[in-house]
Amino acid sequence: MTAWFPSSISGRCYCVLLVLLAVAPWIFQWTDQPFLLDLLSRGLILAIAATSLNLIMGYGGMVSLGHAAFIGIGAYCVGIPAYYDLYNGWFHLGLTIVVSAVFALLAGAVSLRTRGVYFIMITLAFSQMVYFAFVSLEEYGGDDGLVIYLRSEFPDFLTMQGPVALYYWIFATLLLTLFLVHRLVRARFGRVIAGAKHNEQRMQSLGFDTYRYRLTCYVISGVTCGLAGMLLGNFTGFISPEMMSWIRSGELIFMVVMGGSGFLFGPLVGTGAFVILEQYLPEFMKFLNPSWLEYWHLPFGLLLVLLVLFGKGGIHGMLSKLDSRTRQSDR
Amino acid sequence: MDWSLLLTQLMNGLQLGLLLFLLASGLTLIFGIMDFINLSHGSFYMIGAYFCGSIVARGGSFLVAVLVALVGMFIVGALIERVIARRLYRADHLDHVLATFGLILIFDAIVHIVWGPSGMAIPLPAILDGQVTLGSLVLPTYRLVIISGGLLVAAILSVLVTRSRLGMMIRAGASNRTMAEALGVNIHKLFLIVFAIGATMSGFAGMLIAPITEASIGMGNDIIIIAFVVVIVGGIGSIKGAFHASILIGLIDTLGRSYLDDLLKIFMSLDYAETAAPALSAMLVYILMAVVLAFRPQGLFPPAGIRA
Repeated sequence: MTAWFPSSISGRCYCVLLVLLAVAPWIFQWTDQPFLLDLLSRGLILAIAATSLNLIMGYGGMVSLGHAAFIGIGAYCVGIPAYYDLYNGWFHLGLTIVVSAVFALLAGAVSLRTRGVYFIMITLAFSQMVYFAFVSLEEYGGDDGLVIYLRSEFPDFLTMQGPVALYYWIFATLLLTLFLVHRLVRARFGRVIAGAKHNEQRMQSLGFDTYRYRLTCYVISGVTCGLAGMLLGNFTGFISPEMMSWIRSGELIFMVVMGGSGFLFGPLVGTGAFVILEQYLPEFMKFLNPSWLEYWHLPFGLLLVLLVLFGKGGIHGMLSKLDSRTRQSDR
Repeated sequence: MDWSLLLTQLMNGLQLGLLLFLLASGLTLIFGIMDFINLSHGSFYMIGAYFCGSIVARGGSFLVAVLVALVGMFIVGALIERVIARRLYRADHLDHVLATFGLILIFDAIVHIVWGPSGMAIPLPAILDGQVTLGSLVLPTYRLVIISGGLLVAAILSVLVTRSRLGMMIRAGASNRTMAEALGVNIHKLFLIVFAIGATMSGFAGMLIAPITEASIGMGNDIIIIAFVVVIVGGIGSIKGAFHASILIGLIDTLGRSYLDDLLKIFMSLDYAETAAPALSAMLVYILMAVVLAFRPQGLFPPAGIRA
């Protein structure tokens, strides 16, 4: 994408999507649909998390089944200070970054000694440790979680108070994340990460210390996901260890793969699809038959299996087929 | 020190370990031979419990219910292998994780549709419901049933794997699939049988535990993760490893929960030990898994012929 305005169909779709996201709060206020703004806010928070997972999984081939741990860490970095009536936003932000970076550094240093399926399992192990650590912290609610009564406090021009202000916080963080990933994967750093995914020995014989590159990548991803957790804690006002159960990590993988793993906008689109399915599939089932409302996991699970069997490349893959039909793809 | 409490806890740990073994032995074979990560292996655990429960509810005796449900589990396992799992063996691990994650949702929804959202209690027959006195130790009869059931299956499996022709093929498949195939082992049939046996054993574990905990939706989703810990710690593809690791992890988990606070009190303050102990004891098995993965990724007892 060297041109200022992308020439491919998929590139244009994503441009339009970002513009729509930028003006969404006005549209929803105009049409008086605060609920949709809530849904969108949640979706974009998850999209930040999914984009951070995409950085290690899609570009670096490090499949983590424990990424939701960072969401939980970020959320508790808001929740625990709030429990002691500390609402300073800079403090929350700083704490989130430091704690997720330290955890990513420690967990990553051990995990990245392994490859492939062992990496999946060891990231799962670390996230389970965090999960059970918070479950047994009775002081902070344990299993039942913690209510956050007030949002992080920032100076007036950066305030998070009110749904629209929080939305723009989320949107700005998402844009920053996308920009960061975009620049990273095109820099030498990203080339080394991608090279190590395909052939680690070759990268090593070229003189790159792939372990350190991967670890750096893992820490960046972890901190970004921690920020998503910090926003989620502010958004929901209620946090619990359930946010970091391995089921949540599985859902994050689903979002990335559904949209298109290893593509910049893949996770954003995949998260959109996930949130829409989660919200409207139950209603669709109810529409088919009122007593089917609770059975929406069935078509959802089927969709997952079908996605794996037939849907290579996710939604981005389908869009890029349109590109190659007109002319060469924008990849 | 209270020795009868320690003995009781040891028995609890043994019971948990043997249940884990029933899940992990199938999981490790499927993992080792087919190179297939089956997150939905825990769903068989749940389905087994529900099968058994609904036969008991229709007036069957517990023993008959277990036998019929075991046959049912074999069929379910074979069916899933033919329809879905078989298509996934060639895909990469990420696809396995995703697809079997989808299968979990599907199984949970099906159970929800068939048996409703609330759990299903399974009453025990009067003979199994009592208590047995062993010296100074009083144990629930059913606990001994679980332990002996688990040991029995472990013994049968060990004979099957080390002494029979099928077992020879399984071992060959676990250490080198391509070579086994080249030597004329019908690999499709072998996969089908291994998968179905795995599902049956997982279901058996569910049937054994259900009278204590009752059958409920999602009951397999927590234990399956610990079963994966067992598989990793024992060494992927190794039945012997799965057995040792199951017992080890069953004991660590149970004893950790009851004795870790005493241990911590030795070298930290009382308050601090009482906060730290529950967190640490819940994390123990995962710490073990991370340590094993970091320093000995092939596991503690890797199957012969596998070098990692």
